[in-house]
Amino acid sequence: MEMSLHRSLGLTDSEYDMIVEVLGRTPNHLELAMYSVMWSEHCSYKSSRVHLGRLPSKGDNVLVGPGENAGVIDIGDGIAIAVRMESHNHPSAIEPYQGAATGVGGILRDIFTMGARPIALFDSLRMGPIDDPKNRWIFTGVVSGISGYGNAVGVPTVGGEIVFDKSFSANPLVNVAAVGILPKDRLVLAKASGAGNLAVLLGASTGRDGIGGVSVLASSGFDESSAAKRPSVQVGDPYEEKKLIEACLELLDLKVVVGIQDLGGAGITCATSETAANAGMGMDVYVSEIPVRESDMEPFEIMTSESQERMLAIVQPGSLEKVLDVAKKWQISASVVGVVKDPVVLKSGVRVGVLRVFDRRDGDLIAEMPAASLADEAPKYRREMREPEDLQSRFAREAGTDSDRSDLNRDLMQMLYDPRWIYSQYDHQLFLNTVVKPGQDATLLRAAGPGVGYTGKGIGASADGNSRWCSVDPRAGSAMVVAESALNVALVGAEPACLVDCLNFGNPEHPVVMWQLSEAIDGIAEACTALGIPVVGGNVSFYNEVNGLDIDPTPVVTTLGVATTIVRRPPGIGFVEPATLVLIGETQPNLAGSRWAYQLKNDRSGTLPVIDLPNHRRLLSAMVNLVRNSEQYSISAIHDVSDGGIALALAEMVLAGGNGVVTADGAIGDYRELFSESASRVLVATEKPESVLNYSSGLGLAAKVIGDVTGSRLVVRGLLDLGLDDLRNAVKQNGLS
Amino acid sequence: MTGKSVGILVFPGSNCEYDVASVLEKMGVRTQLIWHGQTDLGGVSGLILPGGFAHGDYLRPGAIARFSPAMSSVIEFAKSGHPVLGICNGFQVLTEAKLLPGALQKNARLKFLCQEAELEVVSTRSSATSLAESGQRLFLPINHFEGNYTCDNDTLNELESNNQVVLRYVENPNGSMNSIAGICSKEGNIVGMMPHPERASDDLLGSVDGLQIFKSYVSNLM
Repeated sequence: MEMSLHRSLGLTDSEYDMIVEVLGRTPNHLELAMYSVMWSEHCSYKSSRVHLGRLPSKGDNVLVGPGENAGVIDIGDGIAIAVRMESHNHPSAIEPYQGAATGVGGILRDIFTMGARPIALFDSLRMGPIDDPKNRWIFTGVVSGISGYGNAVGVPTVGGEIVFDKSFSANPLVNVAAVGILPKDRLVLAKASGAGNLAVLLGASTGRDGIGGVSVLASSGFDESSAAKRPSVQVGDPYEEKKLIEACLELLDLKVVVGIQDLGGAGITCATSETAANAGMGMDVYVSEIPVRESDMEPFEIMTSESQERMLAIVQPGSLEKVLDVAKKWQISASVVGVVKDPVVLKSGVRVGVLRVFDRRDGDLIAEMPAASLADEAPKYRREMREPEDLQSRFAREAGTDSDRSDLNRDLMQMLYDPRWIYSQYDHQLFLNTVVKPGQDATLLRAAGPGVGYTGKGIGASADGNSRWCSVDPRAGSAMVVAESALNVALVGAEPACLVDCLNFGNPEHPVVMWQLSEAIDGIAEACTALGIPVVGGNVSFYNEVNGLDIDPTPVVTTLGVATTIVRRPPGIGFVEPATLVLIGETQPNLAGSRWAYQLKNDRSGTLPVIDLPNHRRLLSAMVNLVRNSEQYSISAIHDVSDGGIALALAEMVLAGGNGVVTADGAIGDYRELFSESASRVLVATEKPESVLNYSSGLGLAAKVIGDVTGSRLVVRGLLDLGLDDLRNAVKQNGLS
Repeated sequence: MTGKSVGILVFPGSNCEYDVASVLEKMGVRTQLIWHGQTDLGGVSGLILPGGFAHGDYLRPGAIARFSPAMSSVIEFAKSGHPVLGICNGFQVLTEAKLLPGALQKNARLKFLCQEAELEVVSTRSSATSLAESGQRLFLPINHFEGNYTCDNDTLNELESNNQVVLRYVENPNGSMNSIAGICSKEGNIVGMMPHPERASDDLLGSVDGLQIFKSYVSNLM
């Protein structure tokens, strides 16, 4: 009996044996359910933990690193910034609106759990081509879900990315990052300290939605039966969350809570075991005290439900009345559902915090286990890794040499679209912080929020991924992703300060997928170490596969930078006539992993362009300086070269500014230089080209004049010739709406 | 500069209250947040109902907010001639409370819209446009799902003939009748508008056209 039960909950036979050993007896149904959610891939990182430790997480500015609800950095003036990124891929594939909406809700709770006021959201979306109706249904549902939840909860969605690629058909990637701001002294951690303190459940009541979300849904791939998993998707209520944000921040300001933890994956089991384990304490939980939506819920359902908009606060008995008053003001429910207990001292002297679940106060004990065995002691797997069989043969061929290049104008036009249709559905201006709006290289925010005054500092932020580069070479590709993200942030005048990652991969039981993950982590680690950017948090999403076919490996990062003072708005990417066009950085004529070769010509061969990380670090600080002093250098437009190469970068600058560009003869040699996505390149439009060239060469950065901003055509001699109207029509034709 | 203070009404679900307060404070105007559960308006000289999602916009925007305890005081305050400005969700609340005629329904294309809008100042007899010039163009952000102004024909004729249309979209983004973006009461003291002037009150954010609205409003505090 029990043997088949644990398998249906997603536990393996050896995991079952481990549980028996921990408990010293056979677990009951409730205990098995609790272990199955806490030991799920999603909650325990059991397949990735052995690799994640290689990411550099230290930095002088880091207040809280990986492993907590959110990473926190110090930006000076007594102000700290919290950041977190997570995936909501599986729920969004099954139920796009609610999947995306609850992704937003979940990430926000991670932020205000730390005492931070959420001030910004970012959404990185990867979808299958939307000429397929199913993909379009997912795409429009996801955008509506982010809009519906994010706008109503009162946190602006200020940036993100959208990529359409057949690798994500039926398995979209919905990655969401949130940024919060806090006075440094309001920082709190999720700890249940102090025996006798009360565990108070705040917010929504507990229903049957999202039961087994982490184990059933997030920890396996998709096939024909996936629609049947819809009941495992949670349902969000942004109004409840908005009230919960205000109530929790008020409780923290009143200093009436000892610790606080959100309820996300694995619900109350996770919140109680983690807070207890973090403090080395035990906890008693009374199931009947948990408000439920339905009358006949079983304890295992209540303990593992992922109903949204709930928080667990640890409160001293003397403060309970104040907590209840605040809850009443904000019209949220508050119930004492447990008590913090001293750890049990074993004969050996070892102290063990025990989580005990009772059916009611003074009732029957229905589950008992060491809190840490749930929270921290899940098995870790060193899964088999193997490089793809075709890797070396792909590496050996040059990309794009056999591809049709008879109509480069048409190729470029296929790459154009306008993400405005997406971000115009998101409130991206609330809190009056958004200095640089979506649609540029990065977002620039004033570092301020309700209760945290503006001191003149800014936060630059950019969410970036590139499944093509990482598919060609996960290690070098991941390093390029980090480099690009940091460059984006520098181009709004912010110095890269930290990043969070969201690692989207296929089935970890496939050795090639584990190799991809390991390589990607090494690539991120190399780039972050070389560029001096600590990784302060992350998330791993496995089992992104459809009918056994894994997605392309897709690490996505959100990089935050700090602008010490925002003097003026950065120049932006739009061309303004007249100006001379300068290219900083060297173009490697290599199309491996490029949008042109990989996506348009279906050619996955080649080795990625080489990235010189020390050079890139010099480029970053140079760009921060150029943007901050853009008036001195007469810079009217600045844009990095990445996706789609120089061709797409120029088209974006022409479209954004409504002015044309003509490159000098021979400045861009051939189609490879035109579409190459080699790193560390920036296009600068300036009226003082000599000063930009001198400044760059003084720092050892290659730089040359490549053309003029003039007229209303995009002309790259011998390669491209398109009118502004052609570009606009292409955008319209590829339109998202 | 004024010694008078502006009350900003806060419902659970409101979210623009701090933004409006920060713009007014920067202009040297004192503000106080007024919780929807209180009936005492604290002696303020004017009231602003900010944007957001009062009571989650459940049922429809403003439909529950009009029953909040503070609203009876707001109605009395408005009827005594004080300047009352509803921005976005605040406009929706004012129509639900019958302080302004008509209603705001879902945008014609059934999408939320957060974008810049070009507006024409139509009437300058409202408390929020008294210092502007008729025909003046303002660039202000809009941010709404239900901003499509509608009313019956008699009301529409009355609004137009009484010069109660305060702002009109130059390009109608949401299907509003007569491209109406803002209206005022017959007396001119109660104003509702869908655009967010507080989001265009700082050069760093790209526009200061919204200050025109707040300067007018502040000049009418009583």
